[in-house]
Amino acid sequence: MKGKNGSNTFLKKLRKYRIYLLMLAPAVIYTLVFAYYPMTGIVMAFKKYSYSGGIWGSPWNGLENFKFFFRSGQAGMVTRNTVLYNIAFILVGTFTQIAVAVFLTEIHGKKFRKISQSMMFLPYFISWVIVGVMAFNIFSSDYGFVNRLITSLGGEKIAFYTTPQAWPFILLFFNIWKGVGYGSVMYLAAIMGIDTSVYEAAEIDGANVFQRIFKVTIPMIMPTTIILLLMSVGGIFKGNFDMFYNLVGNNGLLYNYTDVIDTLAMRALISSNDFGMSAAIGLFQSVLCFVTVTIVNKLVGLYDKDYALF
Amino acid sequence: MAKEATHLGKVKKGKDVMALNIIAYGFTGLMALLCLIPFLMIVAGSFSSETAITANGFSLLPQDFSLEAYRTVFREPIVVFRAYATTIVLTAVGTALGLLIQTMTAYVLSRRDFEWRNGFSFFFYFTTLFSGGLVPTFILYTQTLRLQDNYLALLLPLVFSVYNLLVMKSYISAIPDSLVESARIDGCGEVRTLFQIVLPLIQPALATVGLFIALAYWNDWYNAMLYIKSDTKYPLQYFLYQQVNNIESYKKLISNSAVNSAVVSSMSLPTQTLKMALTIVVTGPIILAFPMVQKYFVQGITIGAVKG
Repeated sequence: MKGKNGSNTFLKKLRKYRIYLLMLAPAVIYTLVFAYYPMTGIVMAFKKYSYSGGIWGSPWNGLENFKFFFRSGQAGMVTRNTVLYNIAFILVGTFTQIAVAVFLTEIHGKKFRKISQSMMFLPYFISWVIVGVMAFNIFSSDYGFVNRLITSLGGEKIAFYTTPQAWPFILLFFNIWKGVGYGSVMYLAAIMGIDTSVYEAAEIDGANVFQRIFKVTIPMIMPTTIILLLMSVGGIFKGNFDMFYNLVGNNGLLYNYTDVIDTLAMRALISSNDFGMSAAIGLFQSVLCFVTVTIVNKLVGLYDKDYALF
Repeated sequence: MAKEATHLGKVKKGKDVMALNIIAYGFTGLMALLCLIPFLMIVAGSFSSETAITANGFSLLPQDFSLEAYRTVFREPIVVFRAYATTIVLTAVGTALGLLIQTMTAYVLSRRDFEWRNGFSFFFYFTTLFSGGLVPTFILYTQTLRLQDNYLALLLPLVFSVYNLLVMKSYISAIPDSLVESARIDGCGEVRTLFQIVLPLIQPALATVGLFIALAYWNDWYNAMLYIKSDTKYPLQYFLYQQVNNIESYKKLISNSAVNSAVVSSMSLPTQTLKMALTIVVTGPIILAFPMVQKYFVQGITIGAVKG
């Protein structure tokens, strides 16, 4: 009885919600096809892929793909690079964005503030392809602006594109460069939200402007900072493929210092056509990401319930 | 920023204020300049003569002013215009379609009388936590759907995103329920409620999310790299990527040989300045549109990050 009742109410609701469901249909179908169906494709990581066999017809080969990935030493290298780059991006990025936000609010010249904020926002709008061109302008051995400066000061040219040690700094620079305007917006909003009476009280107590920044502004935007920090930690195993591919490209000389999980997975797929290996790398990354995001979300929820995703 | 930082307005002018002013103006000014300089370099390079660039390298001001590079770009204007047309059509269609899907979905997910909304919300959110990854998606597009070299392979990947859905949803959730309820009582159907009551109220959201989608299409080169093989179908950014990298690999080749200057001068067409001019032609519109749309992005970031 109960079952029949249940299915009855289910059908009733189906009727009641038919317009809602119709409106949801495109997004649901899209998500099923382009997000859920590919999840089944992770079996590829355990197969020796052949074009004729496809995903389902190709023979299993157990953990062969993973063994190769881990034994070649690449797994350790790309994971280390990905994590270290992301840590640097997160720390330096957060610091710069907060500094920009704090200083922008201290600037009284309206025009100066508007124009400089717009200028910092500009890099957000261009593609990484163009950033790749810019990096070449600045760091190319023969035409680069930096080498032009060095030689005009009487120094020796540096061949950046064959010097892997330079790339962590170059990549860090462009990562900060592209995100500073975008990232500081959140902190600006947080600073705008601070109750002005707190500042008045600080002033009455005789705080100077630096004390005002370090004793009022910074502590007051800490909650926002912690939430944003935690959220970016969730993506710590995700390499920014767009950036690495456009700045480094297929320059094998630099891989030791610049190869991240995503670029290795792409090369395994596109250059060596090794679908199984690429899928294994992808699955390795997906699992790491899932675990970190889940942990981070728990932490965010513990810190402030409103911000947790589920 | 819409709001002005006037709450820091009246401060006594002491030594500390002076010091802070110097640091604040100095730091902000320096950051802003650093952000602008790479753009200036491209502009300067595009208006320089090839020989000056080869001799001195890139600089902040045009050297030996020349329009040769632009002339070379427009020697075969059809090539650039074709890429432009591809990107413009893709951006327009993708943005319209994306807005429609995202608005409908966000509307339903923010309806309190829809009991299944939490289940569906999780259905969407989960895809941000776990994904099949590169290879299964690649096989889906190329072998299951056979979309290789098809414009749909450029349209579909960006048409729907959970992030945009969240931004849209937080705008729609802010509309008072009573408004939708009263429309319902007046006999307004769901579809009409959405399009005649809700849509006019969320115009800022449409602008913000629309611009997010449009920017994603405009700057996309990744999907073209994966799925597009014929160069006549390249969208703008991948077109630029291809041109720039062919010039670059050529440059690398000749810079390794001892007689590079002779080889370069034997080329009748500019290479470095050509790259710059091409970049300007490709970037121009987005830079010009930027001042008008900046505020919508600021809104979207503030809303999206809180709930994203």
